Amino acid sequence: MMDLAGNPAWEGFKSGEWRHLVNVRNFIQKNYTPYEGDDSFLEGTTERTDRVWEKCRALIVEEVKKGIIDVETDIVSGIDNFAPGYIDRENEVIVGLQTDAPLKRIVNLYGGMRMAKSALEQYGYTLNPEIEKHFSEYRKTHNDGVFDAYPKRVRVARSAGLLTGLPDAYGRGRVIGDYRRVPLYGVDYLIEAKKEELEAFDGPMTDERIRLREEMSEQIRALGKMKSMAARYGVDISRPAATAREAVQALYMAYLAGIKENNGAATSLGRTSTFLDIYIQRDLENGTLDEKGAQELIDQFVIKLRLVRHLRTPEYNELFGGDPTWVTESIGGMGVDGRTMVTRTSFRFLHCLKNLGTAPEPNLTVLWSRDLPVNFKKFCAKMSIETDSIQYENDDVMRPVYGDDYGIACCVSAMKIGKQMQFFGARANLAKSLLYAINGGVDEIKGMTVIPDIEPLTGDVLDYPAVLRNYKKVLSYVAELYVDTINIIHFMHDKYAYEASQMALHDSVVERLTAFGVAGLSVAADSLSAIKFAKVRPIRDERGIAVDFETEGEFPKYGNDEDLVDDIAVEIVSYFSNELKRHEIYRGGIHTLSALTITSNVMYGKKTGSTPDGRKRGEPLAPGANPMHGRDENGALASLNSVSKIPYRDVCQDGVSNTFSIVPAALGRDMQQRIDNLYAILDGYFARSAHHLNVNVMNREVLIDAMEHPEQYPTLTIRVSGYAVNFSRLTREQQLEVIKRTFHESI
Amino acid sequence: MIEGRIHSIESMGLVDGPGIRTVVFLQGCALRCRYCHNPDTWAQCGGKTMTPDALVGKLGRYKTYYESSGGGVTFSGGEPLLQPEFLLETLRRCKAAGIHTCVDTAGVGEGDYEELLRFTDLVLYDVKHFDPAGYRAVTGRAMDETSRFLEAVQRANVPLWIRHVVVPGLTDGEAHIRALARFVRGIRNVQRVELLGYHLLGKEKYRALGLPYSLEGVPALSEAERERYQHILDTCLEGESVT
Repeated sequence: MMDLAGNPAWEGFKSGEWRHLVNVRNFIQKNYTPYEGDDSFLEGTTERTDRVWEKCRALIVEEVKKGIIDVETDIVSGIDNFAPGYIDRENEVIVGLQTDAPLKRIVNLYGGMRMAKSALEQYGYTLNPEIEKHFSEYRKTHNDGVFDAYPKRVRVARSAGLLTGLPDAYGRGRVIGDYRRVPLYGVDYLIEAKKEELEAFDGPMTDERIRLREEMSEQIRALGKMKSMAARYGVDISRPAATAREAVQALYMAYLAGIKENNGAATSLGRTSTFLDIYIQRDLENGTLDEKGAQELIDQFVIKLRLVRHLRTPEYNELFGGDPTWVTESIGGMGVDGRTMVTRTSFRFLHCLKNLGTAPEPNLTVLWSRDLPVNFKKFCAKMSIETDSIQYENDDVMRPVYGDDYGIACCVSAMKIGKQMQFFGARANLAKSLLYAINGGVDEIKGMTVIPDIEPLTGDVLDYPAVLRNYKKVLSYVAELYVDTINIIHFMHDKYAYEASQMALHDSVVERLTAFGVAGLSVAADSLSAIKFAKVRPIRDERGIAVDFETEGEFPKYGNDEDLVDDIAVEIVSYFSNELKRHEIYRGGIHTLSALTITSNVMYGKKTGSTPDGRKRGEPLAPGANPMHGRDENGALASLNSVSKIPYRDVCQDGVSNTFSIVPAALGRDMQQRIDNLYAILDGYFARSAHHLNVNVMNREVLIDAMEHPEQYPTLTIRVSGYAVNFSRLTREQQLEVIKRTFHESI
Repeated sequence: MIEGRIHSIESMGLVDGPGIRTVVFLQGCALRCRYCHNPDTWAQCGGKTMTPDALVGKLGRYKTYYESSGGGVTFSGGEPLLQPEFLLETLRRCKAAGIHTCVDTAGVGEGDYEELLRFTDLVLYDVKHFDPAGYRAVTGRAMDETSRFLEAVQRANVPLWIRHVVVPGLTDGEAHIRALARFVRGIRNVQRVELLGYHLLGKEKYRALGLPYSLEGVPALSEAERERYQHILDTCLEGESVT
């Protein structure tokens, strides 16, 4: 094994076991400098950054108009398949693009031919016919494999919309490579370490050992390609990075390899800021870098992350409200030793929102703890108010499970960096499942039987114990079906669309978290509450299917901090989570569950008939674990309290997503008061062991959007001279009045 | 046990006292202020009934927010002082539970103000008007009762935040604001004085309740105007000890 111990790139770093084996966490713990000060040290952009960003902005504006800038149709995806590309070569401090030009997208056929071709066609492109012909001739895709294996019951559940968003036609994503390993050790060392491990990993040739040996060989090849790809840009990542600039560059090259090779739904970055801070701090101390230069490195890195694209169909983009890539960077949190993980570079990352303007990517995620330095909390609150672009997750509930070197993939999914990966599992529709319980397993829209052996409920009024009994039966069936489906998907994905470069930056023996998901939690809880506490009469059509419901009397609704109904929501997720765990997962995967829909709650709603809570057929479900909009009677914190009751640990351990919207003026009279209030809301919410909060501090455009799509802004609160109201509860006339008052007069 | 009549509860009050506050709107008000945006809280009957224990139990669920912000509960309305027994029992329990209490009032209630004020940390006092004629024009009532309350607050040494709604043509103009400042200067323990601009969002409620709206045609006060008046007020009050 090669010895890096005396290499000059590590000069000035404190020693630890990280010098002898791959252990990035140990390197960080030994060397990082916690920062408890304020944001006054931050610098603006450099001229170089301005030039590069100006070109990108123009391209992004053009892309928004056209839908797409360009696609490479003569080459398919691969780590080192593309010529180097630049934005503005002489001003780029950090180089590297997915293809030979900015925003030019890659065609990835390994996930599935159909999706790729459909996307190309809809944007007016044609794949090089030679590629199409030969690829299909010699190569099978993930999508082909999955459909070869799907049993009929899965196809039926899929077409009914019981299981949707399954990663069976494109990359699964949610795999975070430990990209930090490349700058710290250099690729040569990583290759050698993998080779040694491969050799040692001998023994009885079971399925798993054979598969892993093959994968490790793939990983070694991928590392080699990563190195040659970087070399085309004149960047040497074979050896450890010696400066901050080299560290950022090498880390980005490692990430870039992953997004050249794969088109995963979410391709998150991990937890890099505190790691990079060690290099920046060293250069600042030895005088080879100043603050302006440090910020330039991060700004230019973030520019690159803002240009990440995958080729998707327009429907996909509509479903997720944009062109998301979930380049999630996890910032802050506390160490298990009680020191904060916040560094100056945590500030520098967030400061990009100011330097480069607000943007949805990278998906900046603050790991919140009650023990975070007050200055950092206030800075986050300020950036939220000014830019509306930060999400918050509770480090105090995740750290006990994942330690202090985990990162978030996609929106809420925590995993130990380099030690755990995720089998992404999309969502099962809990609201539709409830209708199956009422309708004897028959789909209320398509009329076919989706769940076998369920007695239809024929009474005039729905009887709660009977409904609950049937519902649990349905959920048990769904759980088994769901696990089977996910097993097939990930078996085939490993086989046909393996993420070799990302997995090369994991330990060879990894834990596989398997993230199931639910949609429609609040609709299911409110519907059961209606059945339990009011009188619900189904209105059945000629087939005997309940297509609508008449509800007589009051019933408590999720989102009002009423245990009577909130407990029902908890019971549903706990039951479903336990049922999933009864079924074994491919490769020893560990079951987790999320209440997270992003914006797909709208599509799930379209596929779901009328529900007993009063929601009509086709109307959207609430996003994530949010209560349905307009049902909270006691304001936003009551709503937050309801969501905070959904248990994270052991139940919804992949995440409980909640969205909170407010206009700046509702947060307080002046900036100082707004910062203090937002920070207190976050502290108060997370002190209740809540998991996640998306904070939207609204601007005018958002309010106008909220008028059209109230379901996306369930707790939007506005302040109207002396009192606060829920925006979605106002009449249209009032909403217009508010928009006029809130924004017009302040200009 | 005594029950209160509660119009509604707002769990995220960020502007009705210090920190994050649960605002409990009590049902019923004796005043008929012309600009009132909550005419649905006027009637003495109606609202949901609740015991002090049940209400304080509910408030306890926001304790993490009170702690993180220095907040607490604000009793508003309607007029909280019109349910003195319920209010007293609830305030007493809040203090025992360590919850900061605030009463948002126009000072027109009944009962033993002194006893209530023993358990009140802060009074948000709504100055409808500073002279008897103006007061009657805004509220339809004489000023005696609110003066009795204000004297009780002064005797009890409870700090105050003063609020005043500025309605174009009714309670606006520089002279009016200067006179307001003189009135406020006569009150001790004032920590803050806030002007609120008249707005039109209550109008619809009158239509829904079938009530006549006496400010028909009066425009909302612009934020710029409000800020101008606030500045005049602040300038008048400067130099005075407003602790």
